[in-house]
Amino acid sequence: MAKVQVTMTVNGKSVDGLVEPRTLLIHFLREQLNLTGPHIGCDTSHCGACTVDLDNRSVKSCTMFAVQADGAEVLTIEGMAAPDGTLHALQEGFREMHGLQCGYCTPGMILRGYRLLKENPNPSEDEIRFGIAGNLCRCTGYQNIVKAIQYAAAKLSGTPVKEAAE
Amino acid sequence: MNDMTPSQAERADKLQGMGCKRKRVEDIRFVQGKGNYVDDLKLPGMLYGDFTRSPYGHARIKKIDATKAKALPGVLAVLTAADLKPLSLHYMPTLAGDVQAVLAEEKVLFQNQEVAFIIADDRYVAADAAELVEVEYEELPVLVDPFKAMAARAPVLREDIKDKTDGAHGKRKHYNHIFAWEIGDKEATDQAFTKAEVTIKELISYQRVHPCPLETCQCVASFDKIKGELTVWGTFQAPHVIRTVASLISKIPEHKIHVIAPDIGGGFGNKVGAYPGYICAVVASIVTGRPVKWVEDRIENLSTTSFARDYHMTTEIAARKDGKVTGLRVHVLADHGAFDSCADPSKWPAGFFNIVTGSYDFPVAHCAVDGVYTNKAPGGVAYRCSFRVTEAAYCIERAMDILAQKLGMDPAELRLKNLIGREQFPYQSALGWEYDSGDYHTAMKKAMDAVGYGKLREEQKAKQEAFKRGETRELMGIGVIFFTEIVGAGPSRNCDILGIAMFDSAEIRIHPTGAVIARMGSKSQGQGHETTYAQIIATELGSPADDIMIEEGNTDTAPYGLGTYGSRSTPTAGAATAMAARKIKAKAQMIAADLLEVSEYDLEWDIDRFRVKGNPERFKTMKELAWAAYNRVPKGLEPGLEAVNYYDPPNMTYPFGAYICVVDVDIDTGVTKVRRFYALDDCGTRINPMIIEGQVHGGLTEAFGIAMGQEIRYDEVGNVTGPTFMDYFLPTAVETPKWETDWTTTPSPHHPIGAKGVGESPNVGGVPCFANAVNDAFKFLGSTHIPMPHDHWRTWTVAEKLGLHG
Amino acid sequence: MIPGSFAYHRPKSVAEAVAMLADLGADARPLAGGHSLIPMMKLRLAAPEHLVDLGRIKELKGIRADGADIVIGAMTTQHELIGDATLAAKLPILRETALVIADPQVRYVGTLGGNVANGDPGNDMPAVMLCLGAVYQIAGKGGERRMAARDFYEGAYMTALEAGEMMTAIRIPAPPAGHGFAYEKLKRKVGDYATAAAAVIVTMSGGRVATCSIGLTNVAETPLWAEEAAKIVAGSGLDAATVAKAVAAAEAITSPASDNRGPAAYRKKMAGVMVARALARAKSRAA
Repeated sequence: MAKVQVTMTVNGKSVDGLVEPRTLLIHFLREQLNLTGPHIGCDTSHCGACTVDLDNRSVKSCTMFAVQADGAEVLTIEGMAAPDGTLHALQEGFREMHGLQCGYCTPGMILRGYRLLKENPNPSEDEIRFGIAGNLCRCTGYQNIVKAIQYAAAKLSGTPVKEAAE
Repeated sequence: MNDMTPSQAERADKLQGMGCKRKRVEDIRFVQGKGNYVDDLKLPGMLYGDFTRSPYGHARIKKIDATKAKALPGVLAVLTAADLKPLSLHYMPTLAGDVQAVLAEEKVLFQNQEVAFIIADDRYVAADAAELVEVEYEELPVLVDPFKAMAARAPVLREDIKDKTDGAHGKRKHYNHIFAWEIGDKEATDQAFTKAEVTIKELISYQRVHPCPLETCQCVASFDKIKGELTVWGTFQAPHVIRTVASLISKIPEHKIHVIAPDIGGGFGNKVGAYPGYICAVVASIVTGRPVKWVEDRIENLSTTSFARDYHMTTEIAARKDGKVTGLRVHVLADHGAFDSCADPSKWPAGFFNIVTGSYDFPVAHCAVDGVYTNKAPGGVAYRCSFRVTEAAYCIERAMDILAQKLGMDPAELRLKNLIGREQFPYQSALGWEYDSGDYHTAMKKAMDAVGYGKLREEQKAKQEAFKRGETRELMGIGVIFFTEIVGAGPSRNCDILGIAMFDSAEIRIHPTGAVIARMGSKSQGQGHETTYAQIIATELGSPADDIMIEEGNTDTAPYGLGTYGSRSTPTAGAATAMAARKIKAKAQMIAADLLEVSEYDLEWDIDRFRVKGNPERFKTMKELAWAAYNRVPKGLEPGLEAVNYYDPPNMTYPFGAYICVVDVDIDTGVTKVRRFYALDDCGTRINPMIIEGQVHGGLTEAFGIAMGQEIRYDEVGNVTGPTFMDYFLPTAVETPKWETDWTTTPSPHHPIGAKGVGESPNVGGVPCFANAVNDAFKFLGSTHIPMPHDHWRTWTVAEKLGLHG
Repeated sequence: MIPGSFAYHRPKSVAEAVAMLADLGADARPLAGGHSLIPMMKLRLAAPEHLVDLGRIKELKGIRADGADIVIGAMTTQHELIGDATLAAKLPILRETALVIADPQVRYVGTLGGNVANGDPGNDMPAVMLCLGAVYQIAGKGGERRMAARDFYEGAYMTALEAGEMMTAIRIPAPPAGHGFAYEKLKRKVGDYATAAAAVIVTMSGGRVATCSIGLTNVAETPLWAEEAAKIVAGSGLDAATVAKAVAAAEAITSPASDNRGPAAYRKKMAGVMVARALARAKSRAA
């Protein structure tokens, strides 16, 4: 099948690529743009390890063709830290609260947390759990992920952050 | 010491050593998406592999035609068994003494078994080509019921070993039989049952499940034709073992094989053994002269790689009327699928199932296991099982509850009556293990107090009365368990993997400026070794943990180890780490004595320095000693400051725990809500409480999934039902309960830092706790044993059969 | 994991899309949110040779009132349904239903049109559309037509959409102010299709049911409109005996598949339980 040109903004930079129409966005990001932060964990769009932020939406990049994302603005984990390297509050929170173990679900979790906090800057625990229900984790049991997102919510809104897990 | 010297507490704090909640080192790269997982690897000229797989559970292969596949642009080659046979690679040895087909030769034995391997320019072409391989099959009768495996006219599964009456573990009783294994005193146990005042007997089945780490199994193989060297990056929990096996089967000398396990996205026992994808990728790389990447997808992972459990345990307990147990008798029918590829230590075909006497003082016991083949995916040992300890714990904890019910005793009371006493340690179990240490009664009482056990039972009684009056349609259940784990495999006298003893290792080197690099033979897949091993070294050597780099997984640089599974890292490699550190410390003490012009015996250790006894202002820090090691060592000593330790553990270690769970069951839908889950774990010395808590959360969540819905099931024609995330029950953050964790600390007397390991305890204890809770909800209506999983429809069916739906 | 090849088309208007679908014929599929189609393509259970991406067609977006009806563009996402103020006020059952469809990421991309048009018996919105008496606006080469949702579903993945047709909007007569509503969904976990689900709209008058409409999800090859069950409760105060009769009538029209959610007999009973719970909840919300 003839290849098609796509252009999109990824982590603030304009990028071009040549893709087959069937090239999944996750493969375009990982293989052509060498952004290996988003991961593949399943075949049926359940696990969320591939989650990116696309045009202000949390999107599973394994369930979208790169051609559909033509002209879009995409944020991946690689774009979360500030240009000077300062970690985003979520990245910091995941570390402070032990919200990761193997790290495989983490980029998707953080990107989902990012949009979740934009939707709702001060979510309750139940709202966080519901908000990350599209992201599976096999290591942490989610409890510290919730704490990590709460940490980030507090930090982003300038309220005092809770002490690290005791 | 003077006012300028920081206090002991400050200095200890700065070290971030054992016991503190040191933040994880590995997080820094993971939260930035800079982990190095196998599929992140890109090498110039790299090719991709994919499989054509069998749609049938049992069939003869009449013909394989790869013409169309080979003709697809971008396809370099298609391998079948015929290509691997001349290299003797169409079968590979398993860790359990069997062989497993790499590519099916004359027949296929389970659905999705590997039949052809495509090598192509990119993964999309490989996927297209995999569909184009045409295979002609002749279907054969399917065997999926292990209870029918040894019937007189059962279908013959393993034609390749049909006439072999000697299996890897002794005589085979039948062509579908794999092994028989038994342990314990049969005669004394039978006598105990004959004399018993009360007995119970139940078939307790643990359903087939799958460990399902979020990252699937994958590798990149790269054979350098010029140098004759093979490099393989892969999802390997035991990279050195993979290297040795690769050398034995490929005949490439072991020093020319470089196996590297980079970051691994979860293992849980799924990534211990070798898979056809690894072998095919290696062969493909040799044949093409280019690197070859193989990444399985999720369906392949769930339906063909190491499943877990599938144990059918006929369990009997003999007891006195007052509840004191007098004997235990268990027979297990073990369904291993088409090939026995269990990752057990070689002398233990049923793992350490003989921990089945659990935490209870059984004077006599006997246990026998028969393993059989069926038309299902191969395996059996995986999923945080500690080598079948999950099965044993589920077995004994369900059985004790059934006994309590028959006696009309509270399940916690029955346990308290039978728990091994503190004064009995080290304890010789009736099935041959020496439990190292434990104070079970204290832990049990702490757990019961923490949840207000007595009040919960009162509440339950009131709710049962309300139910009988028709005022509620909810049943309350309380699950109580007390597990004893056996981990840290293991002593060379009885633990080996393919003949290699199950020691483990650590190599520590201190640089002139005091910075440290250390490598271990274990391999973390999320357990945080980069953080915790440094804590051990920091405490032993007084070097700040942040100055200590930990590496695992590169078999060229890491000393030989047997890898990470079975919660063995802390007991073995952690011990090796402490021992290697102590060798260094001993040398440092000699250097210090020389520098301070005193005898070694005049020195004492103080957090991060050696100081002169009685004269503490005269000291040398480890940092100063490191520098001195490179320019001024005492006569007779070599320069440098490093040590290696290979640790052969004297015994296994025995973590234990008391878990209590409260559930509410909606009988009209079968939905069970977990109201509360309290887990008390004793893993001996606690290296990093934050990481321990994380391990417990994760293991309990896996246990929740297993108990409440996971299963890998086969229909009568061998179709595997539900090997996708649509059906395999992986709870989200919404279903997952909130976990309460607690602990006691009973150090292991034989371990250098008294630590026991904890990773698998929550799966071991969690599953029976959930199961006991659901069972407990229905007890007062006459139910005695409900098998797992306790998903909605099965729980509803229990209620239906009890006539609760009117 | 990897879909088969296809040619990709990106029309800018409904007219262009319809023309493309007509030209390309049976091997072409419209691509809405893609969160039903793309997973099927990745498993190679669907292999269209052409995809017509509706994602840039502005006419297919938007939620507006049109007299007594609410008209929702087919490409409106579940996320947009959840956040819309008009719907929250006039059609709260849509928000309640959307919140139990899949997960947050899928809801950002999945569309109402996609959920109602492909005939997947597991989708949640069709039963709600039957319950509401919605009308589908359909465009084809011959122009626009309308069809009642209650007449639209023929079998699993079989609908009354002809070749070359596509859904453009969903037109819903707004229930009276003060109506009671509920979408009660039993599922194994968040993101799962329903084991069984029931949609109920009621209006009450003097403590009795004035009007009632009931839809059922995933308990037959199509969504079901439980007309008989709704008639049984009309005029009653939803006392236990009447509800039991309605539950029996609802169960009687179901023919669920046995799958990993449970055997057919169980799912049939669950349809009944969902109806009973949805009726109770809807009543509690009615003015």
